[in-house]
Amino acid sequence: MGYDKRVDGRKPDELRPIVAKAGVIKRADGSAMFKIGDTVAYAAVYGPRDLFPKFLQDPQRGILRCKYNMMPFSGAGDRVRPGGSRRSKEISMVTEKALLPVLNLEDFPNAVVDVFIELPQTDAGTRCAGICAAAIALADAGLSMKDMVASVSVGKVDNMVAVDLNYAEESYEGGDVADVPVAFIPRTGQISLLQMDGLIDGESLKRALEMGRKACMQISEIQKKALKEKF
Amino acid sequence: MGELLVADKSIVVPGEEVAAGMDFLPTEGVYRDGDKLVASRLGLLAVDGRLVKLIPLSGKYLPKRGDVIIGKVTDVTISGWRTDINSAYTAMLSMKDATSEFIARGADLTRYFTFGDYLVTKIVNVTSQNLVDLTMKGPGLRKLSEGRIIAVAPNKVPRIIGKQGSMVSMIKDATGCRIIVGQNGIVWLQGDPDQELVAVSALRKIENESHISGLTDRIKVFLDGEVKRLHLAPSMNAGNDGGSEGGRSEFSEREFQQ
Repeated sequence: MGYDKRVDGRKPDELRPIVAKAGVIKRADGSAMFKIGDTVAYAAVYGPRDLFPKFLQDPQRGILRCKYNMMPFSGAGDRVRPGGSRRSKEISMVTEKALLPVLNLEDFPNAVVDVFIELPQTDAGTRCAGICAAAIALADAGLSMKDMVASVSVGKVDNMVAVDLNYAEESYEGGDVADVPVAFIPRTGQISLLQMDGLIDGESLKRALEMGRKACMQISEIQKKALKEKF
Repeated sequence: MGELLVADKSIVVPGEEVAAGMDFLPTEGVYRDGDKLVASRLGLLAVDGRLVKLIPLSGKYLPKRGDVIIGKVTDVTISGWRTDINSAYTAMLSMKDATSEFIARGADLTRYFTFGDYLVTKIVNVTSQNLVDLTMKGPGLRKLSEGRIIAVAPNKVPRIIGKQGSMVSMIKDATGCRIIVGQNGIVWLQGDPDQELVAVSALRKIENESHISGLTDRIKVFLDGEVKRLHLAPSMNAGNDGGSEGGRSEFSEREFQQ
């Protein structure tokens, strides 16, 4: 039979409903909330500020330090053990690398910009939601950026190429599933994050990325609107 | 033949194209990519002839030579004092620049300034690595004693001061407080406690509404209203002399109080 109709009735290239808001955490230098479907990400930016221990400092440019965390109660039942894991460490790193290309940190030698991403509720696509929230928060913090970053997961569920998989699709058991989180720099169309988990053929991957690009353009508009709505 | 892609004085976000063509020149907060000018931070677009710049709406204070700022002493070293200036970097005040008095070798520097002291100082130098040097030599530069310290957004400081200091003088006149606004967003106020509160709420109002036009008039109306309210309830002043600090502690700015 195959997977020909999505569990929530969306079209293959349709995103889940998105809500984005800037400046949700008052004490932070910049912050944002990004909600896509049932996945909710909060990002708070602190800095640029002094970096210690001193050996981490870079005298040529500031550094970016991201921390991704899923809250213990965020999943679909199983408690996520609090504290860092291999998984969260990896995602923190790819988030950092996805955001770095747009940031101009040359003006802040020896300093650090801290980004904390927390997920109170998750339904797949968490790193993408985290990156979207972090990009809004960084802009809200008044940092100099070449552009925003928009991110979404694309993939293939059995034989359907689709964007923004939810958890039911990601864990579909009737066939092969490929999950490809991707981040775009909207103005130039460059890709700053591309990971892959699962099996997908070249032709489908190309199609998936093209759909992802279009979805990211939509997300980028929502991000910009969120920033402007703050004023 | 260049053209603006968004209206002057509108809010732009990073990556937004603001102008096309080679006629416009990018300045602060704007960069050129091909024949387009692109915003590189969140701000208000300001077009001055051919120059396009952004007035930032958020962000940390960047130390600049000649700025008069308020700093807090965080460390006493062999040769001077390290101060927190509400920026990404700390600033050094050397012994030589601190006082014209003779300081003997090995003297206890905390006799002059000690941990937690707030100083009105001037930046004399900022290096490429953002090492900041301060001086206490100059008119009005001194150690602050008593009063209230609050932090406001550094990029709202020009609006708080106003043209030739018009806005801050208006608050001073209305509330009778003494006010020093540091370029780094640290503000010192001293006056009658009730009047201090009025001044603080006026500053917060400026901070929140500075990008909406007609600010001066709104602040004037606000101040008149608040001051009138204080005069109508003179018993409140007398009551507070009895040592009731309850009204004050409601303020979230308390962490910056001395």
